[in-house]
Amino acid sequence: MSRLEILTPSKAQLVVEDLYGNLERRIAASPPGLCPVDITRAFIEMAHSQTCGKCVPCRVGLLQLKHLLTDVLNGEATLETLDLIEDTSKSIMETADCAIGYEAARVVYRSIKNCHEDYEEHVHHGRCTCMTTQPVPCVAMCPAHVDVPGYIALVREGRYADAVKLIRKDNPFPTTCAFICEHPCEERCRRNMVDDAINIRGIKRVAADFAGKVPAPKCGPSTGKKIAVVGGGPGGLSAAYYLQLMGHQVTVYEMLPKLGGMLRYGIPNYRLPKERLDEDIEAILETGVEVKYGLKIGQDITLDGLRKEYDAVLITIGASTDKKLGLEGEDADGIVSAVYFLRNVGLEKELDLKDQEVAIIGGGNVAMDAVRTAVRKGAKKVSCVYRRRIADMTALPAEIEGAMAEGVEMLTLKAPSKLDIDENGKLRGIWVTPQMISKIKDGRASVIATGEEDEYIPCTTLIVAIGQNIETRHYEESGIPVARGKIMTLPNGGFPGLPGLFAGGDCASGPATVIKAVAAAKVMAANIDEYLGYHHEITCDVEIPAPNIDDHSACGRIELTEREACIRMHDFEGIENCMNQKEACQEAGRCLRCDHFGFGIFKGGRERLW
Amino acid sequence: MVNLTIDNKLVQAAEGTTIMEAAASAGIPIPHLCFLKKINEIAACRACVVEVEGKERLITACNNVVEEGMVIHTNSPKVRLDRRRTVQLILSQHDCKCATCVRSGNCSLQKLANDLNIQDIRFGERLEFQPWDQSFPLIRNSQKCIKCMRCIQICDKVQSLNIWDFEGTGARSTVNVSGSRTISEADCSLCGQCITHCPVGALRERDDTEKLWAAIADPNKVVVVQVAPAVRAGWGEALGIAPEEATVGKIFDALKRMGVDYVFDTSFTADLTIMEEANEFIDRFTKGELQERPMFTSCCPGWIRFIKSQFPHLVPQLSSAKSPMQMFGAVMKSYFAEQIGRKPEDIYSVAIMPCLAKKGEANMELFHDEYAGHDTDCVITTRELTRMIRSSNLIPAMLKDVEPDRLFHDVTGAGIIFGATGGVMEAALRTAYFAIMGENCPPDAFKMVRATSQDTDLAEAEFELKGINLHIAVVNGLGNARRLINQIERGEKKYDFVEVMACPGGCVGGGGQPIHDGFEMAYERGKNLYFLDGSSKLRYSHENPDVQALYNNYFEKPNSHKAHHLLHTNHDSWEMPRSPQRDRNGNVIVSKCC
Repeated sequence: MSRLEILTPSKAQLVVEDLYGNLERRIAASPPGLCPVDITRAFIEMAHSQTCGKCVPCRVGLLQLKHLLTDVLNGEATLETLDLIEDTSKSIMETADCAIGYEAARVVYRSIKNCHEDYEEHVHHGRCTCMTTQPVPCVAMCPAHVDVPGYIALVREGRYADAVKLIRKDNPFPTTCAFICEHPCEERCRRNMVDDAINIRGIKRVAADFAGKVPAPKCGPSTGKKIAVVGGGPGGLSAAYYLQLMGHQVTVYEMLPKLGGMLRYGIPNYRLPKERLDEDIEAILETGVEVKYGLKIGQDITLDGLRKEYDAVLITIGASTDKKLGLEGEDADGIVSAVYFLRNVGLEKELDLKDQEVAIIGGGNVAMDAVRTAVRKGAKKVSCVYRRRIADMTALPAEIEGAMAEGVEMLTLKAPSKLDIDENGKLRGIWVTPQMISKIKDGRASVIATGEEDEYIPCTTLIVAIGQNIETRHYEESGIPVARGKIMTLPNGGFPGLPGLFAGGDCASGPATVIKAVAAAKVMAANIDEYLGYHHEITCDVEIPAPNIDDHSACGRIELTEREACIRMHDFEGIENCMNQKEACQEAGRCLRCDHFGFGIFKGGRERLW
Repeated sequence: MVNLTIDNKLVQAAEGTTIMEAAASAGIPIPHLCFLKKINEIAACRACVVEVEGKERLITACNNVVEEGMVIHTNSPKVRLDRRRTVQLILSQHDCKCATCVRSGNCSLQKLANDLNIQDIRFGERLEFQPWDQSFPLIRNSQKCIKCMRCIQICDKVQSLNIWDFEGTGARSTVNVSGSRTISEADCSLCGQCITHCPVGALRERDDTEKLWAAIADPNKVVVVQVAPAVRAGWGEALGIAPEEATVGKIFDALKRMGVDYVFDTSFTADLTIMEEANEFIDRFTKGELQERPMFTSCCPGWIRFIKSQFPHLVPQLSSAKSPMQMFGAVMKSYFAEQIGRKPEDIYSVAIMPCLAKKGEANMELFHDEYAGHDTDCVITTRELTRMIRSSNLIPAMLKDVEPDRLFHDVTGAGIIFGATGGVMEAALRTAYFAIMGENCPPDAFKMVRATSQDTDLAEAEFELKGINLHIAVVNGLGNARRLINQIERGEKKYDFVEVMACPGGCVGGGGQPIHDGFEMAYERGKNLYFLDGSSKLRYSHENPDVQALYNNYFEKPNSHKAHHLLHTNHDSWEMPRSPQRDRNGNVIVSKCC
């Protein structure tokens, strides 16, 4: 035997490594709604297989925990068993020698502490209240429950217009979402178990790009009912669209010169080209929605006035004001909120950042929109100042990468402490306190000051992107419940004691995504319809192709490409390229059709109407 | 048309045809187990897998459609091996004690395992035990359940009650009563459609045959048995007797041979029901009580359980008339007991019914003079009757036609058609016509309310009698009933009189009838009843001589004080579990106990 040898992994080890990969992907695609007791038991069994066997708490303790959890699942446990599980897991946490033991026990401890109800249900009734209620992961994860497998199948067959029609049943912004949806649908995609999630948004983009103009469906017979919608953003327009289809007459009150809300005045053109947004809005207006522009509620019109004039009123004003840093001199020349900055760009106001040094504070998607817009407005230098690390930013990774590729500097672990304002009241720079990453609190890494001296970042423009607020004052005065800066509605979007008045979208949920606004709009449209005494159903007569019976051997995921950074950073044209038809067909063909295979076909493979 | 090859045979099939249908059309049956056309096409059991050339994985034939150029093998070595293995896996979780199973000989799993020549299971037996209230008329044996989901689907899709659900996740996911309820807490209508659509013996009726045997053996009991109209249309199927041979007279013969004292035909009290219900209808209609909502028939206990749990505010719209079964029981324990000089307590009143809900209905109390007990003491389903005949070693072919006993001997065609959807309405209309017009209508004047196929779910009619416009509807199946009631409640439909039967096709399709996996027999059985009606000498309930005699000797006239006491009921005198919280699709929402 040689003194030292180069180790090569055995075949068995390679298989195990592969298994770890499978396990990771399988967990990523875990169906929603599993029993916490059962999953904890499965976890502890797996964790126990990792034990080296040296120490008692881990070698024996984890095994006993597994047995106790199994007793619970078999309905053979008592409340004392639950106490024993709790005590033992705590004891293992406190006594195990290494993380293999104490971290496994911590999972059990947290599980039994936080899901005690589920454990008790097993003890008392020997049965589980958890059940598979959301059989199609993508549909379940989409807030608006868009028929994802349905439109993927249609795109695969080249039936793009039908795909758009099907999407519109649940979401009248197919083109918009093709560009900017945060695609929660992809998070639990079952295809992860094979290789990688389907590029669902990419496939939607194919439908939107290849469909051509798809006319809106015909409206139902007129009911003679009149509805006012306050705010022409995605929520208001979606509700208006469905209410028109149901046969009601909707008038949208919009304070700005054009419709779209944050889609037009928040999201920059390079992410969502305005002419593409207009495709969605045109289809919505085709249904006969009336619009009154330039009217602001509380200023030009009152809520009481609208309630008298209309059979129902819907408030969808979004979250259109900014949050403040809370530093002295924040109203100085050169400091703007991201909301205001992006709105002015959207309004096509003259705005030149040429030769300027621009700093943006924040790490969310709006911050990324602001930095990348500043780049396009000709700024000499653009920095993104953020308290935590890049990994802690809430912006989509693709947005952060895109910004960095366009030359934005990420100045992380810096908390703004003081503004430097010159004698003319003009911004000169900003002082920041260096931070270090610290303990994880509520699942998020916190920061503390390093104790080093503040640093200075010179800048002539400072854009504050630390969140949005809702203009609630007029509503509060009109007797609408407001708490923590949000309009407080009942789960149906209505208000106690205020019949015919509804609210939803960002103004009720706090700043969220387009698809969440659309989801809220569906709820409100349905409930307004019920309130008016109707039971209209929104449906779509597109036939969904039968699934293909391919073997689904592993195949890579097709990603959308982007225009070259050094070119795109000089214009506001869309940056993302669509797939071609061949790519679209392959990507759509990867879909496992969970509406047909698995639990989908048994329960809720398809919501044909709502 | 799509061209494909199945087992080396060129096959043409319309686009959208499933592989199973295409194969069947070419004379190639593909084994299956969970599949139930239009109800359960979920490919859960995997018994119907086939091999498609060029594909590594097998696919299910029941719910995948044919494609141009497909080359399919339904019995290749790979298919044979995988299908056997799958069935062995199913058997490992099934209590295979076939000798003591009510479905032995009529079990789809038994047949499949036998057909595949499976002689060993190879896996350890892993049976799931769930406790069950054995006193409930519907019995579920978790150790026999193969989780085909048919019970869930038939209750959801056809009966709209969602009593069953798939609960739990992962390895412990199983079928159980929805919403974490026990069956006695559930708003189960007891229609029994889950039983008649179960491929194995996991669901069955509570067997009450021993109770009846004990009564027969008791010298102090006078055992009187009534046989419902629909039983005659189905019982022969389970004993291999042709429909035209399987007469009610032979059931009477069998019962008498078993030692029953008196036998009667429930069609008699069906006529009596018509006298009460038709007159009640005319009365309530003339008083203007039906201007907002119709009167509903009350013969079907599944329907009564349904309306009480789902639409309790509509209970006052029910006819107060007891069902024919309960009327018979009441008459047995009053007038009949008097006539034969016995005390009501001596009478053991038995009903042979195509129905499970009748076992529940029999719990209702009867108070009459000194007597306190039940109208009906024992309810035996058609299936239990056939088991009794077999256990009595009676040879069906040797049975003779025996007449029902005196006092309630006569029946009419109108009473016989009570067993089929539309029958109660048609019989009532024949008598109502006579009451209003003073003369008989042609006997088939109201045949528009009959089913014209197995799929007839609703029949509506509108006619004028002496300037009175009548709107009536006949609906069968509880899902259809729910839809109709919702339309009535929304003001979209308006009727004066509505007949509801819980089971698709009416009592002939009842949950106590013989089981034929994959076949719906209600319409064919109903035709038999209409044939018997057509060939009856008497076709109007009001012309039944024994019914007339019963009124003359005892009840005086329909809706008299005595009739009200014995032949009518208060639907509020007993409690039914209310419909639980449901989501928009009718699924029961699970609430945690703690």
